[in-house]
Amino acid sequence: MILKVVDRAGVEHSLEALDGWRVMEVIRDWGLPIKAECGGACSCATCHVYVDPGWIELLPAKSDEEEDMLDGCFEVEHTSRLACQILMRDELDGLKVTLAPG
Amino acid sequence: MPDGQSQNPIRTDVTIVGAGPCGLFAVFELGLLDIKCHLVDILDRPGGQCAELYPEKPIYDIPAVPICTGQELTDKLMEQIAPFDPVFHFGQMATALSKTEDGWWRLTTDMDTVIESKVIVIAAGGGSFMPKKPPIKDIDAFEDTSVFYAVRQMEKFRGKHLVIAGGGDSALDWTVNLQPLAASLTLVHRRDDFRAAPDTVNKMRQLVASGGMKLEIAQISGLEGSDGQLTGVVLKDKDKGEWSIPCDMLLPFYGLTMKLGPVAEFGLNLHENLIPVDTEKFQSSTDGIFAIGDINNYPGKLKLILSGFHEAALMSQAAHRIVHPDRKLRFQYTTSSTDLQQKLGVS
Repeated sequence: MILKVVDRAGVEHSLEALDGWRVMEVIRDWGLPIKAECGGACSCATCHVYVDPGWIELLPAKSDEEEDMLDGCFEVEHTSRLACQILMRDELDGLKVTLAPG
Repeated sequence: MPDGQSQNPIRTDVTIVGAGPCGLFAVFELGLLDIKCHLVDILDRPGGQCAELYPEKPIYDIPAVPICTGQELTDKLMEQIAPFDPVFHFGQMATALSKTEDGWWRLTTDMDTVIESKVIVIAAGGGSFMPKKPPIKDIDAFEDTSVFYAVRQMEKFRGKHLVIAGGGDSALDWTVNLQPLAASLTLVHRRDDFRAAPDTVNKMRQLVASGGMKLEIAQISGLEGSDGQLTGVVLKDKDKGEWSIPCDMLLPFYGLTMKLGPVAEFGLNLHENLIPVDTEKFQSSTDGIFAIGDINNYPGKLKLILSGFHEAALMSQAAHRIVHPDRKLRFQYTTSSTDLQQKLGVS
């Protein structure tokens, strides 16, 4: 399956993703710049992405913890998510996200 | 003159940069070999990422410890190394490293502590924890004159028009503490919900209700002013648009993030902000400077706490040859060696 990632220069990358992988892990392992300091523990707020509006409804709702951690991000929008909290699955084939500034 | 100033440096065997789990365990492995340690860490307490990022989150992959939190792991390591009397220099960043004429490594911190040692161990993880900087154009020009990421002296803020940004404990604690001093205070947060301690949030809400301060639900999108002097901040909200509020000083509290920092200037070979090491001694490109834990790199490296523990043990063998060149290294087990047990205070 494919994960589309728009980097901070506006360039779109199509990344091969695997079922069950975190969006953060896909971005990190393909070498795009995402800090993801805590390694996926929803503890650092350094994997902030904007989800393309068309895909928002397909994602599980944010947990309270994820919403709290977003307080440590900048330029938070209603499409903001932490990429470590989104797991790839068949329905998300083609999911598009944009790396947030910072 | 106090110990540790430039004219009177501390002298010890090993200086460890970073007091996370790997730095702490290195104290143990070095201690068993009669090597004394000083540790420098930018945080105000031990534990590194375990203390700062996930003190309450479970860790399941420490050998023989089925589950513990980051804080519990830190506490246990501190208990384990207590017999070796490590000396901690918390709240300080290692800023410079040089060699003395008589061949000691001289490490200086941003609080002018000077430690000279025979060996340096860099166990700095992902680097120094530093405040997150809002990605606002020209914010650099206002830093230390109008924009502050920490409060060192409250008096600096007396009689000023303050804007504090954030929704965690730092933002709320400083809101409540600085409000009596400030000429005016506005707290800016992206939502009307705060993860800070409920008691502090209640105090803030009372201050808002009594007119003692303002609360703006918005995000900061720009700064106004010139020559380092802020005159206002621009706020934005998806419904209300953009507007500005006047202020003299801005205090953004968005938590901490890791930056390699001055370690990059220590003259070591670096590869993508990591320190390449060999897998026998975990030594860097420079003799006597070792790197263990998340900050090093070698073929097959895994950023796991248990890898860092292993690296600490092997590094200590190599450090022994430098610190005690005249002594034969005797390999012993804590289970059977009365010598080691005496060092641990259990025999």
